[in-house]
Amino acid sequence: MSSFGTNRPSGPREGDYYQRDLTLHPPAFTPIYKTSVTRSPQKALLSLEQGIGEITGPVFTADDLGPLDNDLILNYAKTGEPIGERIIVYGRVLDENGRGVPHTLVEFWQANAGGRYRHKKDTYLAPIDPNFGGCGRCLTDENGYYSFRTIKPGPYPWRNYVNSWRPAHIHFSIFGRSFTQRLITQMYFEGDPLIDVCPIVKTIPDPEAVKRLIAPLDLRATVPLDCRAYKFDIVLRGRRSTLFENRLEGN
Amino acid sequence: MVQPLNYLSETTSQTAGPYVHIGLAPAAAGFDIFEKNFSHVIAGPQTRGTRIRIEGRVLDGTGTPVRDVLVESWQANSEGRFNHPDDTQAKALDPDFRGWGRSCSDFDTGVFLLDTIKPGSVPWRDGRPQAPHISLWIVARGINIGLNTRLYFSDEEAANATDPVLRLIEQEVRRKTLIAERQETPEGLVYRFDIHLQGDRETVFFDI
Repeated sequence: MSSFGTNRPSGPREGDYYQRDLTLHPPAFTPIYKTSVTRSPQKALLSLEQGIGEITGPVFTADDLGPLDNDLILNYAKTGEPIGERIIVYGRVLDENGRGVPHTLVEFWQANAGGRYRHKKDTYLAPIDPNFGGCGRCLTDENGYYSFRTIKPGPYPWRNYVNSWRPAHIHFSIFGRSFTQRLITQMYFEGDPLIDVCPIVKTIPDPEAVKRLIAPLDLRATVPLDCRAYKFDIVLRGRRSTLFENRLEGN
Repeated sequence: MVQPLNYLSETTSQTAGPYVHIGLAPAAAGFDIFEKNFSHVIAGPQTRGTRIRIEGRVLDGTGTPVRDVLVESWQANSEGRFNHPDDTQAKALDPDFRGWGRSCSDFDTGVFLLDTIKPGSVPWRDGRPQAPHISLWIVARGINIGLNTRLYFSDEEAANATDPVLRLIEQEVRRKTLIAERQETPEGLVYRFDIHLQGDRETVFFDI
């Protein structure tokens, strides 16, 4: 019996994506992060094998992007450049097999240097920076590499506990090749003492998984007298290698 | 000692937070920055198929609409083919249809919209036809990892009854949580679809 209908040409093809290891992710219900209490499903998720709709996903091209989309220092500059520490964030989008994920859309957003977002719902008393939008996006190259330039975001308070503070962080949204690989995460900065006390970071049960969200300072990638660099690699779900019609169980 | 397997571990999910709009839909956050924006309008002017609007809300465990949610959708074209190289069915691609959309709920009402076309049927892994459906992915403040679900159509009763995925849901009463209600309005065909994060009517979410 042929997989995915009768129209598939015979011969090798890629198999399913690996089952997600949910122990690496925060559970849905994490009372330490209060908003999750009413927004977490309580019934078990239904385990589903992957069909065509799961192993495919939207395809983006350079036509979707503008020339300054990956430069947050310039993409909202109105009267000058934004205030703050100039940084480069770079890394690679990989899958669990260590293969680069090429030509995939990476989007990122963040607060300004004072810890305030350009969002009509953010009322924190730190000022809005007239020259900083706080968002950008890029496609990975053929080997899965991406990079962008920005201002280091500031930490900010939030209403979880009265005295809760988010560590400095950048939000990342990654598509991968399929809808099953879709992921939103956050990158933290090496050395930030707020990481260890953040209720959102603490939703992650595995301390090793937390470490993988912390970007190290990379002095070699730093541009002297200009811009420091942080490296952040992102791993999406892997996929069984070439699968033959006579070995549907994979290999 | 045996050799290590050397797989990498998937990067851990973190909540999209209350300001997800800044990065993924800046206009909703209240400013204009990108030359080209993604939106809830999935069907273009030339797209083939029956125009439909999806209109829904995401409700939390108290029944309150989640007003800062972001919903993404992924679907086949009107012939039942996905615009992706891994869909190798011998069906025509629609040049004016990527099949993907992104919708923010209204900050006052919590309503999200998708303007699209009704998808065709796509075969399941074993070749059986699936009922027409749209895959949805939901992120918001308080949701630690994006939630996967599906939207089916109330006017596809026969196809829904034999759909291999709906039939996997053991409690038949829960299958209804995935069915959008057809409404004919002066503006066109609308399917109403509310997503319940918790409670008696909790939507079926998938671990894919």
